[in-house]
Amino acid sequence: MLFRRGIAAVSVILGLFAGSSEGAAENPPAEWTKVLEAARGQTVYWNAWGGDPRINAYIDWAGEQARERFGVSVVHVKLTDTAEAVARVLAEKSAGRAEGGAVDLIWINGENFAAMKRNGLLFGPWLDRLPNHRLTDPANNPDLGLDFGVMVDGLEMPWARARLVFYRDTAVLPEPPLNTDSLLAWTRENPGRFTYPLPPSFLGTTFLKQVLIERAADPSALYEPVSEANFAATSQPLWDYLDALHPTLWRQARSFPKNAGGMRRLMSDGEVDIAFAFSQADASAGIDSGELPETVRNYVFDAGTIGNVSFLAIPFNAAHSNAAMVLANFLLSPEAQMRKQDPAHWGSATVLSLGQLKKEEADAFRGLDLGPAALPTDQLGTMLAEPHPSWTEALEAEWVRRYGVR
Amino acid sequence: MRRNGCGGTAYGESAIAGADHMLRLAPYLVAAILTGPVLAGALGALIPSFGFLPVLGQTEVGLGPWRALLAWPGLGTSVLLSFLSGLVTAGIALSLALLFLAVFFETRAFTWLRQAIAPLLAVPHAAAAFALAFLIAPSGFLARLMSPWATGWQRPPDLLIVQDEWGLSLMAGLVMKEVPFLLLMALAPLAQIHASDRMRLARSFGYGRVSAWFKTIVPALYPLLRLPVCAVIAYSSANIDVALILGPVSPPPLAVQILRWSNDPDLDFRMIASAGAILQFAVTAGAIACWILAERCIGLLLRGWLVSGRRATGDAGLATLGRGLFPVLILASMLGIAALGLNAFARAWRFPDALPGHWTIAHWQSVAETAGGPVAATLWIALLTTLLSLVLVVCVLENERQRGGRSGRVLEFLIYVPLLVPQIGFIFGLVLLAEMAGAPPGGGLVAAGHVVFVLPYVYLSLAEAYRRQDPAWTRLARTLGQTASGAFWKVRLPMLLTPLLTAFAVGAAISIGQYLVTRLLGAGRVETVTTEAIALAAGGDRRLIGAWALTQAILPVAGFALALAAPRLIWRNRRGMLGGSR
Repeated sequence: MLFRRGIAAVSVILGLFAGSSEGAAENPPAEWTKVLEAARGQTVYWNAWGGDPRINAYIDWAGEQARERFGVSVVHVKLTDTAEAVARVLAEKSAGRAEGGAVDLIWINGENFAAMKRNGLLFGPWLDRLPNHRLTDPANNPDLGLDFGVMVDGLEMPWARARLVFYRDTAVLPEPPLNTDSLLAWTRENPGRFTYPLPPSFLGTTFLKQVLIERAADPSALYEPVSEANFAATSQPLWDYLDALHPTLWRQARSFPKNAGGMRRLMSDGEVDIAFAFSQADASAGIDSGELPETVRNYVFDAGTIGNVSFLAIPFNAAHSNAAMVLANFLLSPEAQMRKQDPAHWGSATVLSLGQLKKEEADAFRGLDLGPAALPTDQLGTMLAEPHPSWTEALEAEWVRRYGVR
Repeated sequence: MRRNGCGGTAYGESAIAGADHMLRLAPYLVAAILTGPVLAGALGALIPSFGFLPVLGQTEVGLGPWRALLAWPGLGTSVLLSFLSGLVTAGIALSLALLFLAVFFETRAFTWLRQAIAPLLAVPHAAAAFALAFLIAPSGFLARLMSPWATGWQRPPDLLIVQDEWGLSLMAGLVMKEVPFLLLMALAPLAQIHASDRMRLARSFGYGRVSAWFKTIVPALYPLLRLPVCAVIAYSSANIDVALILGPVSPPPLAVQILRWSNDPDLDFRMIASAGAILQFAVTAGAIACWILAERCIGLLLRGWLVSGRRATGDAGLATLGRGLFPVLILASMLGIAALGLNAFARAWRFPDALPGHWTIAHWQSVAETAGGPVAATLWIALLTTLLSLVLVVCVLENERQRGGRSGRVLEFLIYVPLLVPQIGFIFGLVLLAEMAGAPPGGGLVAAGHVVFVLPYVYLSLAEAYRRQDPAWTRLARTLGQTASGAFWKVRLPMLLTPLLTAFAVGAAISIGQYLVTRLLGAGRVETVTTEAIALAAGGDRRLIGAWALTQAILPVAGFALALAAPRLIWRNRRGMLGGSR
């Protein structure tokens, strides 16, 4: 079903953008022409998480387009953890390799970006050199200039928006708990039917932050760098909550799913009744592939859920930085962003500002069917910003200290 | 053939002089290949563990990383888990392997057991672990088969079976893979120690089958099994692939914790990971030392029993146990793989349905679309590294034959070095050193890394058959006018075709299963079926994992099937040649 709709959407879009992308290519600035020339014939080694076949297929598509249009080949280096790419760049810097590095482009955000920036492992600034950057309307979207509260400084390109959404089978649980208090009340009545991914997995840590933002006495402290003085007091409500929650969790919190995929599998196996993901498209994709029942629907907490932006960065020693920029610029085009947002292909929300697009392009975005499980965009509620990245590590360390030992 | 005797000899001798040179070098080359990377890699882990990692501005040598390591919450449990899973796995796997041999030795089932080993061994660790996890989980295949009619479960019960805190499911998964390995390692020496004669003698004195086995064969067999058992301890105490799937999550076994540290975005954790790698060396070494100590004690304790003259000690019970457990092991392995296969064709499979409710081939289409490159890379790396290893091993064995006597004990031990030293300990160091040497990451480096692990297995599976070949064949060939090299190429090697091909299949299977080496030395650019399967495992979709795990398992199993079938085909008119190895 989704597949057919996808084809329809794509044919409409291809028709729409056939003109516009040509138009953009007509008068590129001289500097960008130089980048395009240098990039031709190069191969981009794009390091990106490889755990989702649909994302992998999208990356393959982007690679084909880059080869046909710009003569740039793309190799998707499939990571199980983004930090692997950071480690690789670090090992190269250790070995004194200042050029010809093995990594050309990384899908990144949060702590990994903060760590690379802090250790001088990034190329750039290069963001302003991309012709498509203006389509994100940076002046009116200041959140794109911050990665978990760290200044982007033109060192990475915004690529996708993500929102934390919960999902459940409406046939099993029509009225899900809509805040942390009612979640606890529900798990007490239904022991063993909820869990969260093991921190420091991305989604697991996000759950900790989500709870803390809702329960902290003064959430504004979370947007400042963490200090020893304020950590204990600010984070205490989270630990009190988890102390109460854990005995009621799946396996009494003696084990946890490894990541979002592990949690979706528990949902698929009927082991839990509530799960969550960092994208509206996750549950829809699950329904579409048969992994989840057709009655699964997304929902959000009353007080809002965490959202963030993920980016593309180029390491300081990338062998093919020009080709990486050409690929990145293509990925920021309305055509590539539209395909990315289409749940038939991936379903990841665009970073483009619709006001900057041609009317038919913007309409195509507005008219996109977000998939069977998705909430309409206007019912997504408040987006809560990610805390400062220093909190991530502090929360993860404290979680391990409290719950990682038996 | 038409060459006249004189010219032929001259040609033959000069070729032999060159070959002779190479043969003499071979043991040293092999020793260097086996120990060099391990030592270099260990050094690469040791130095940062004392705080020296200049790129992070860390040049102050000190004990900081070690203090941080020892203060890590749950470290004690992680260490204990690794230590115990090493010892317990080895203990159970060895007991089972010996028991199965005792019960089935020289029975009709023995032939069957011999043949069952290869495919069991060929299934990669990760695939076997996935299979077991789905088999025994509360929402897994067994529960689905039994629910709700027998169990009354409409929803899966909240029981911690897979990834339990004590590592029991981890140990079970390891035992399932290590029993076939030990069986394979035990089969070769059986002839060397004249097991049939011992058995016949003991039986004629009225000893029960199991008692006869343990009293007359095990004391001679065990010393030859000691190194393989140590390899089992090393693997079980330090492996990543199985521990990630079946091991406890919090705290995890030490090797998994090291991987987490080295993947932490906070780069300072790299130094803690290095210290952890050194600790892993110590834990594995400690487990092996503990085993050897226990082995001495058990030897002393059982001495009285050995010479007591008692003809039977629970023989009937043990025999029943062995007869019962062997099918359980085989059945569990096959059922697990079958369940993975069902997953790979499932569209929707809800608990408690015993079979998928909707079927699809979409997962295989997705595999077909992406598997071409990885399969090609897997094959060329496996073929190249195994061929290289095989040539080296044959050189070493041929050198040994020409010099007379077995290779020195040193080389025998060195063969085991890559199997005894935890991979996670030295591979990170190796990556750093490869970078410093300016070796570009990619297929070449990956293949070089695979040789370190493939070579020992090729040696272990070929050595006995090679040594047992009757030296008289050379003399016979020479008297019939063959040159020395002619005797080698035209007579002796063809006679060894079956063991050579088996060794090749073993080596290729080892290469195909390598994850960490491929991943790190290839900088992720070298995609094999194993790296692809594990990358998708991160996504958690069991149906896709099933399809990939089967793809990953099919290659080595096909390799073994070819190794078994090819000699029968090639020598279909020379049945005598098939027995050349036995």
